[in-house]
Amino acid sequence: MAAPATDRAGSGGQGPSNGPSNITLAKALNDGLRAAMEGDDKVILMGEDIGKLGGVFRITDGLQKDFGEQRVLDTPLAESGIIGTAIGLALRGFRPVCEIQFDGFVFPGFDQIVSQLSKLRYRSQGKLPMRLVVRIPFGGGIGAVEHHSESPESLFAHVAGLKVVACSNAADAYWMIQQAIDSDDPVIFFEPKRRYWEKSELDTSVKPRPLHTSRVLRTGSAATVVAYGPMVRTVLDAAAAADCELEVIDLRTLSPLDLAPVFDAVRRTGRLVCVAEAPGESSITAEVAARVQQECFYSLEAPVLRVTGFDTPYPPSKCEEYYLPDLDRVLDAVDRVLAH
Amino acid sequence: MPSPPHEPPSWRQHASGTHAAATAVEAEPSAEQVIAGLRATSEGGVQLLNPEGERVSHPDFDLEISAAELKSLYRDMVLVRRVDREGNALQRQGQLGIWVPLLGQEAAQIGAGRAMAPQDMAFPSYREHGIAWCRGVDPTELLGVWRGTDHGSWDPNDTGFQLYTIVIANQCLHATGYAMGQRFEGMIGDSETGEATICFFGDGATSQGDVHESFVWAAVYDAPVLFFCQNNQWAVSEPTERQSRVPLYRRAQGYGFPGIRVDGNDVLATLAVTRWALEECRTGNGPVLIEAFTYRMDAHTTSDDATRYRLAEELEAWKLRDPIERVRVHLVREGLAGQDFFDGVAAESDELAQRVRSHAEAMPQPGPERIFSEVYAEASPPVQAQREEFLAYHATFVDTEEPLAGSSIDTEEPLAGSSIDTAGDR
Ligand SMILES: Cc1ncc(C[n+]2csc(CCOP(=O)(O)OP(=O)(O)O)c2C)c(N)n1
Ligand SMILES: [Mg+2]
Repeated sequence: MAAPATDRAGSGGQGPSNGPSNITLAKALNDGLRAAMEGDDKVILMGEDIGKLGGVFRITDGLQKDFGEQRVLDTPLAESGIIGTAIGLALRGFRPVCEIQFDGFVFPGFDQIVSQLSKLRYRSQGKLPMRLVVRIPFGGGIGAVEHHSESPESLFAHVAGLKVVACSNAADAYWMIQQAIDSDDPVIFFEPKRRYWEKSELDTSVKPRPLHTSRVLRTGSAATVVAYGPMVRTVLDAAAAADCELEVIDLRTLSPLDLAPVFDAVRRTGRLVCVAEAPGESSITAEVAARVQQECFYSLEAPVLRVTGFDTPYPPSKCEEYYLPDLDRVLDAVDRVLAH
Repeated sequence: MPSPPHEPPSWRQHASGTHAAATAVEAEPSAEQVIAGLRATSEGGVQLLNPEGERVSHPDFDLEISAAELKSLYRDMVLVRRVDREGNALQRQGQLGIWVPLLGQEAAQIGAGRAMAPQDMAFPSYREHGIAWCRGVDPTELLGVWRGTDHGSWDPNDTGFQLYTIVIANQCLHATGYAMGQRFEGMIGDSETGEATICFFGDGATSQGDVHESFVWAAVYDAPVLFFCQNNQWAVSEPTERQSRVPLYRRAQGYGFPGIRVDGNDVLATLAVTRWALEECRTGNGPVLIEAFTYRMDAHTTSDDATRYRLAEELEAWKLRDPIERVRVHLVREGLAGQDFFDGVAAESDELAQRVRSHAEAMPQPGPERIFSEVYAEASPPVQAQREEFLAYHATFVDTEEPLAGSSIDTEEPLAGSSIDTAGDR
């Protein structure tokens, strides 16, 4: 086991320094939540084990101690209860941020998210805005038992009225969580759990880009590779290892999608590979492929390829290395689009 | 229905008038409150063998038990504790991704498990290794779930022990539906051959809507289901007070069926009360709720650090109520077992632990074809195509046949585990 969790996400009451620092994605989320809570006393956190324990990933570490039990609620063990009461609190003017302990445990709360959270603005014609964030650690690669490694983002992106984002690095985690809390729409906020303890640069003096924008991380002329969440790191590693120049785009926002940079890149490279851990069927990657063929049909030199999890349940963890897209599978797909 | 157990001590109750003031700030229980909580067990729960190892009588639940039966219960508890400790050790040594300990809950599980008849069905959550034992599921069969090679390899139909369910409380509705089926097929009524279902869940689980719906369904359909709640005082880091204002057994009353609290660290009381409740279900008087008042003596899982949220005194106090020790003391005091019996059980448990260990160490790495196996009854052409394509691709890496090391994360989490050899690479 690594060092005690307190030393990883724990902030000890300190926000990030003003200027560049190298911090973990987990700590960036912790700092971002703290900043949002300091900025608006209507921001409250709700979830299982998020108080004294600081959450099973320690994302809320120290926040109950500093903001009290009325701002950081250790709720009873029921996700429908968490989302449903958070909706009530939002109706009352609070800005609840709900933590779902693991991707696979959001489903008891799915009814409230799909039937109510997504539709209250529409039904009330704007009189009842839903300022509510649902944080979900997602994805596999951590050797966990069932229901702890899933990628259900497409299920939420399919629901009108919800906004869906996924962060992939510390700076995005820090800013995107604050922007999501600030949003007047409900945001399903996906966190790449296997990247929680990876460090990257956060410079709080650099103004963030708007929440619902994708981002070009690396430019290249041979082919475009699109990813989000935990696969961004994998794709960057693949691009570093490739013997050609790959353009890498982090989608960041899954609903609404921001595909202008992708269209632009595909028009230049003529080739696209979409990468995600989630099963490919009826997914974010399917949506990207469909829109790209529509917008960029005459620029495409090869079929759009997808590298995804299989259309099966998430397997026992000893098989996850086969299931999850890795550097080799990404490069294999790149070779295949380049072969055209 | 036996007479209602006594009221719990006042600190566990919320007098409605003072509730808001009293809980505006949830104070940590003091050491005295912890001790008062223990009194709640002896006062409020059925007990037949006290922590000092003395038989106590109860007006509704007396149990005639032979020395051989007592020794057998003792043996069961020692063996499952030994398997449990071996599971913990195997996780620490990287053989398992995670282990979910039952330490402290041996009496609740062996008492309940040994009350079951062969024709009964059990629906576990994920901590019921002792129930598995009683159903004849070999402990080695449990390992795959925690090692990550399968999602449960035993046959639920052959063993009368369903697969572990990790999504909290989902299984409670399944148990209820199964019991409805037992009733619809006319399998209840006879005290010898009648069937019953037993559903295991925790104190935290009682907050889930699935538990509420199970209680409603079971009541409306007179389902022969025994809801067996192991109140081990904690749901990861949250004490039972986070889930309920009233003792959990009292919930049943509102649904129209009996609820009863038993000292879950007393194997005799648990056995007697569970036998009674299963008999009620078997003969058409279900459902019943049992709250087994017990204690999770270890962390939530091997990924959890309980020192972050609970008092050391609490554990020390519960150690005095150890479920195995009181039976040992009783056997010795009454002259029912000599040293050679205890030595024999100890030797047997060492052998069992060794067998579990050897099995874990020899478990094969599943191949990629496992991913695609049994997704559907009728093969899905797209999944078949993915299978063929991936296996062909995988075959191009022939020389990397050694087990793949998973990437890992230290989750400190309920049911996730760091995988094996890369735990230090961060
Ligand atoms: C629906 C759902 N939400 C959250 C979790 C994460 N989780 C796993 S165990 C647990 C606590 C369960 O407590 P309790 O019901 O008392 O059972 P115990 O673990 O104490 O046996 C939690 C929150 C889960 N498995 N399923
Ligand atoms: Mg519990």
